[in-house]
Amino acid sequence: MTALTFMGKRGMTAFTFVSRRGYLPVLVTLGLLVAVFVVGSILYYPDFGTGQVVVNLFIDNGFLLVTAVGMTFVILSGGIDLSVGAVVALGAMLCAWLTGMGWPAWLAIVTAIAAGALLGFIQGYVIHEFEIQPFIATLAGMFLARGLCFVISIEQIPIKDPFFDWVQTPIAVPGDMFIKPTVILVLVIVAIAYWMLHYTRFGRNVYAVGGSAQSALLMGLPLGRTRILTYVVSGVCSAIAGVLFGVYTLSGSGLHAVGMELDAIAAVVIGGTLLTGGYGYVLGTLLGVMLLGTIKTLLNFQGTLSSWWTRIAIGVLLFVFIVLQRALGTRRRSAGV
Amino acid sequence: MTPPILEMRGISKAFPGVRALDDVSFRLLPGEVHALMGENGAGKSTLIKVLTGVYTADAGDVLLAGNPVVIGGPHQAQEAGISTVYQEVNLCPNLSVAENIFIGRGKVRWKQARARAAELLTRFDLDIDPALPLGAYSIAIQQLVAIVRAVDISAKVLVLDEPTSSLDRDEVARLFAVMRRLREDGVAILFVSHFLEQVFDISDRVTVLRNGRLVGEYETGALTRATLIGHMTGRVLEALEELHAPGEHAPDSAQPVLRAEGIGRKGGIAPFDLTIHSGEVVGFAGLLGSGRTEAARLLFGADGSDSGQLSIDGKPVTLKSPGAAIEHGVAFCPENRKTEGLVEDLTVGENIMLALQAARGWVRQVTDSDDLVRRWITALRITPSDPDAIAGNLSGGNQQKVLLARWLITQPKLLILDEPTRGIDVGAKAEIQKLVVSLADEGKAVLFISAELEEVLRISHKVEVLRDRQMIAELANEGLTPERILATIAGGGTGTVAAEGAAQ
Ligand SMILES: Nc1ncnc2c1ncn2[C@@H]1O[C@H](COP(=O)(O)OP(=O)(O)OP(=O)(O)O)[C@@H](O)[C@H]1O
Ligand SMILES: [Mg+2]
Repeated sequence: MTALTFMGKRGMTAFTFVSRRGYLPVLVTLGLLVAVFVVGSILYYPDFGTGQVVVNLFIDNGFLLVTAVGMTFVILSGGIDLSVGAVVALGAMLCAWLTGMGWPAWLAIVTAIAAGALLGFIQGYVIHEFEIQPFIATLAGMFLARGLCFVISIEQIPIKDPFFDWVQTPIAVPGDMFIKPTVILVLVIVAIAYWMLHYTRFGRNVYAVGGSAQSALLMGLPLGRTRILTYVVSGVCSAIAGVLFGVYTLSGSGLHAVGMELDAIAAVVIGGTLLTGGYGYVLGTLLGVMLLGTIKTLLNFQGTLSSWWTRIAIGVLLFVFIVLQRALGTRRRSAGV
Repeated sequence: MTPPILEMRGISKAFPGVRALDDVSFRLLPGEVHALMGENGAGKSTLIKVLTGVYTADAGDVLLAGNPVVIGGPHQAQEAGISTVYQEVNLCPNLSVAENIFIGRGKVRWKQARARAAELLTRFDLDIDPALPLGAYSIAIQQLVAIVRAVDISAKVLVLDEPTSSLDRDEVARLFAVMRRLREDGVAILFVSHFLEQVFDISDRVTVLRNGRLVGEYETGALTRATLIGHMTGRVLEALEELHAPGEHAPDSAQPVLRAEGIGRKGGIAPFDLTIHSGEVVGFAGLLGSGRTEAARLLFGADGSDSGQLSIDGKPVTLKSPGAAIEHGVAFCPENRKTEGLVEDLTVGENIMLALQAARGWVRQVTDSDDLVRRWITALRITPSDPDAIAGNLSGGNQQKVLLARWLITQPKLLILDEPTRGIDVGAKAEIQKLVVSLADEGKAVLFISAELEEVLRISHKVEVLRDRQMIAELANEGLTPERILATIAGGGTGTVAAEGAAQ
């Protein structure tokens, strides 16, 4: 009984990690990330391979990362959320509009997050209660949120509240680098998401529902609550990302973050999460966003290529990963005893 | 008499177009094993789902220990002390075995969960790694894990909807031992099975349903096989039992349809030889995990072999995919209908036509499809007999029949049937066996895999015995008995050669 002795010694992280099994795609992403980074460091020595470039990845892609983290919950549970880009825009818009009307920054931010949570709840409720395809329900949510932005204002609204400046004041850290408070926030969110997925009952239920919703129901798991909560998590994450977007651009606009839902989905998939649900990790999503960000940075350093090459790189990566998952998926199934 | 722990009174439940349950009453006593019997589609699973709150009844009451209760869903059922294994294995393939056993059961110390799971599994002699995802294991093992989970919930009422459908003798014996122990502890067990021997072996009382109506409640001791079948079908069926023996039409030994020489696959099955002639029924016998399915998958090209040579009709072939196998006239009806066959959202008719349509290509429409579909629905007695019914809504046994029809309709040269009678009622089971024999009479070759040795013996010309992922013997079916096959499996059987079976 080697299995037994092996079992007793590992803690819970090892348990969930090993038991989910789909970690090979994550390792592939990690490998690619390292490879791209090494290539960049060699090509653009000494500017590329520095800690500051890594920190900047978090600064420039923080909102995408937070959105993708929320998306990870939804995709793991077997759903999809197309409304996230619009909710990001709405979050930034609400911050700009409310602070512009003289609300304190914290209240504007809380309101934005509450709006994201509410929209997520409504979408989840509709999806579960009326058995509407997530694709359709969140598409409607997307139009709704975008529409709301334009109801607030057709024009772009600048954010003047000093709080939004303050949260991105560079803080010097050892090693001749600087970070920003937003970076810390982003990392905390990733950590919380990791904890929720791997250490809470809700997280386990998310995997179970993604594995087989019917089975989860028959095993007595709260199918509806779990499903709805994943959309609430996604709504909250996108609203927070919206606040971060507001911080980053110091403005709110109905045209912010157009198509970001697709970037988020791409990052999640490249991070090794199966689009059909049930397999994947939030840390994979972190790597996925980093990989996309690194490629973007690399193209910036290169300077002459148009930014559309980022899109092409994302496209190629997506293909590779979907094929990889397919291959692994078939192997997993035929490995049956 | 002790008062019933569970009572259902006047339960009715209709689905669009079907009255699944019509004024059904049912009582379960503490410390009894109560069999719920009926043909496919009689309403057994529906009754169980009403009991556990998956469906809401249109009328009727449920009483637990004499008190009326309203059970809103599987979770509440669990809380109320009813633990259930539903008909289809209902666990999550992506979660680990241990997680599947413990998830959704209140506070769990996951650090200890694996050790605890391993301990539970050994009670069923299951030597599997609780940390691996459940999907890595066969459907039979998954079924056992579901049972382990349900038993460990240690409820007052244990509901088992066809728990034995994919188990072999040993597992069934082990399950029954556990059930007997629970019965002694006063647990009430509701048990559904289409295996009459099992029902007579384990149950104390029997409730029979027919077409959604209650036929009656009986003491098992007061029933005979024939009366029970009579209650279930509403007909007297002696004809059912007799089936002309195999070998009446001897296979055409000059014509091997398929010949496998030394084909095998690492980690799947050791290299084996096999010849199947036209008009021959070959049975695969072996315990759970002995490699029956793995061998069949190689012959169908579902897995690639890494050694040996396969020939069909005397011509060497390499089957790279199931598509190639179908082109060569090989059809394969898999054991796991939920994941590997039935398209639940399509209609019965569409499901039946799938393989034929694929074989003919999408350009050449099958023109006579309606007739064909109706013919097979009648032949296999699929209920409801409406080709436009949604396949996912059919009862478990009827889904299995739909899959079977799909492959039978393609008129293959070689038909591989992996557990075709799993979950199928006595009447239809005999029909399917008859069908297999008549297919052979027409000159088709059939490879028949079943955990039920009697069934294998009833229709096969020869039996391949498998053990530990090796084909260990080929026995001609002349005077062969289940005991002899079991002895061969149990040991010393190696080196047994063809046709030796007759020597007994
Ligand atoms: N969700 C559903 N929607 C529509 N019809 C259904 C549904 N579930 C069951 N039925 C129908 O109700 C009837 C009873 O089905 P049920 O599954 O209870 O049969 P069963 O006795 O369990 O049969 P089996 O032995 O094949 O498992 C069948 O005619 C079936 O087609
Ligand atoms: Mg049933």
